[in-house]
Amino acid sequence: MRKGSSPAATTRPARRPGQTLARWRRDRLLLLLATPGVLVVLLFHYLPLLGNVIAFKGYLPFLTISESPWVGWDNFEVIFSGDPLFLNALTNTLIITLIQVLFVFPLPLALALLLNEVISERLKRIVQSVLYMPHFLSWVIVVALFQQILGNAGMVNTLLREHDMTTFSIIGVPELFEVLITSQVIWKDTGWGTIIFLAAISRVDTSLYEAAAMDGAGALRRMWHVTLPAIRSVFILLLILRLGDALTVGFEQIILQQGAVGATASEVLDTYVYNHGIVGGNWGQAAAVGLTKGVISVLLVLGANKLAHKFGERGVYHK
Amino acid sequence: MTTTSPLGLGTKPRKARPSTSTGRPVWMGPPNRVLTAMRGLILTIGCAAVILPFLAVVSTSLATQAEVTENGGFVLLVREPSLASYQAILSGGVVTRALVISILVTVVGTLLSLACTIGLAYALSRPGSLGSRPILLAVLFTMLFSPGMIPMYLVVKQLGLLDNLFALILPVLINAFNVIVMREFFLDIPDELMESARIDGANDLTILARIVLPLSKAVISVIGLFYAVGYWNAFFNALLYISSPEKWPLQLVLRTYVVNETPMGVDQVSAGSDSLPPQLSIQMAILVISVVPILLVYPFLQKHFTKGLMIGAVKG
Repeated sequence: MRKGSSPAATTRPARRPGQTLARWRRDRLLLLLATPGVLVVLLFHYLPLLGNVIAFKGYLPFLTISESPWVGWDNFEVIFSGDPLFLNALTNTLIITLIQVLFVFPLPLALALLLNEVISERLKRIVQSVLYMPHFLSWVIVVALFQQILGNAGMVNTLLREHDMTTFSIIGVPELFEVLITSQVIWKDTGWGTIIFLAAISRVDTSLYEAAAMDGAGALRRMWHVTLPAIRSVFILLLILRLGDALTVGFEQIILQQGAVGATASEVLDTYVYNHGIVGGNWGQAAAVGLTKGVISVLLVLGANKLAHKFGERGVYHK
Repeated sequence: MTTTSPLGLGTKPRKARPSTSTGRPVWMGPPNRVLTAMRGLILTIGCAAVILPFLAVVSTSLATQAEVTENGGFVLLVREPSLASYQAILSGGVVTRALVISILVTVVGTLLSLACTIGLAYALSRPGSLGSRPILLAVLFTMLFSPGMIPMYLVVKQLGLLDNLFALILPVLINAFNVIVMREFFLDIPDELMESARIDGANDLTILARIVLPLSKAVISVIGLFYAVGYWNAFFNALLYISSPEKWPLQLVLRTYVVNETPMGVDQVSAGSDSLPPQLSIQMAILVISVVPILLVYPFLQKHFTKGLMIGAVKG
């Protein structure tokens, strides 16, 4: 009865003190249940949000945040005057994002279309089980596996050497760093990425395919005219979310492998914040970069969403 | 927010249609042999790329020094499996301690996360409950904007949690996405059930314990597993907040001894063993130990997310 028909749910009650008290009494157990969760959200999401004020302060570890002197926009100088280390991190981030949107992003869709054509449900399930698995491994494990398999002393090169063939190195080579981390992302998450597409494909009414086949459409045309339109909005939704993450590229993955290739090739915005701020002690500047990055990310999601609405798509949220 | 939760849209079973003996619907026409072969090839390569590295790692972890030397490193199929590496790392020392810490953090963290998530999701799923609207918006907003690494570090520091294992749990205790998914699930439970309990005099707590929780075992176990995998795999928070090596979880040990290849001496392995198994085997054994728990829970996870359980995540 409470859902929908209860007066509290349908009409906004007048804000009389007596009524709030009554609701308070009625809902006190619910409030009690919610309290731990709300506290965690306040402490570890909203308090840090306020903590961003140190982007405007000359923070020193032995002072508290409120004792530190106000420096206004000084910390943002690294961004606006183009500190070379910052620019390097920004450039690397954008290059990696571009590579990954172009080469990694469409792969799950392609794999999902491929899996969809597998008729045997049993075989499909086995293949899916194998391909989803790497998603659940930590980055430490993935990086360790890649080193052990593809490293200079790794399995593949040992085999090549044994057969007197030329070895190759991809690990620890600054020029190939983007290739390396991109292939790691492909290995880890392509399978997992198919789930959402497969779910969307499975909702397509089979009779549409049948009708298309009656009209003489081959497998490719059925895919083009039936399957792809059905998953367009999911694809756009994911693209929007990916855009929001444009400035975020695998922090754990990169920090683990930074030692081998050096900062010039591998520094991205997140590792810059870590290395410059927490390791290097430039708290204010690093916070300024982090804050700017957060604000731009939100703007990107909102902007991309607006664009999606313009093209008649639903987007992440709707009015 | 990292994307560990599936955004499954729910699957609709396909209608039974006339089909050939292979399950291929008649209207599809005969299969194109070239395309089928290519499809098979691509999927085989994909599966091999996942399975072969694991096979090599497990085999090498079981290999003896003689076999490692003979193969010049990796062993793909081990002839005389030996558990020496596992004995060395599991009989006290760095890895054993890290394993205990990781298990502790995962178990305690998962239980606390589930308790908080269930409490919050349940309160938010009762329509018209006091404050549910602003709290829901506050939770949703955390998905849009992350506060940033530096302020987060300072908050953990101000709370006195640096170098404390709770720093690996509290900051990630609540995942907004999981709260939303669980709330959607609770919303789908028929109101009549709860109302009849209320008429019989049950309060919100009793309804949660006696009606909602028993009906939500599936969603609770999946979200619990996702939290557990998250705690088990967490590396960045440990790097950021834990400075003493004796409090390292397994992922940091893995980084130090396997990724950075710091050699393990007698001090790091077990006291009293004088002949160490090959360094490579020890490294691979650490790798196996950190993967095995994931592989153990994986079938359960997989069962649920292929069923399309995570419905409504995008209902908004």
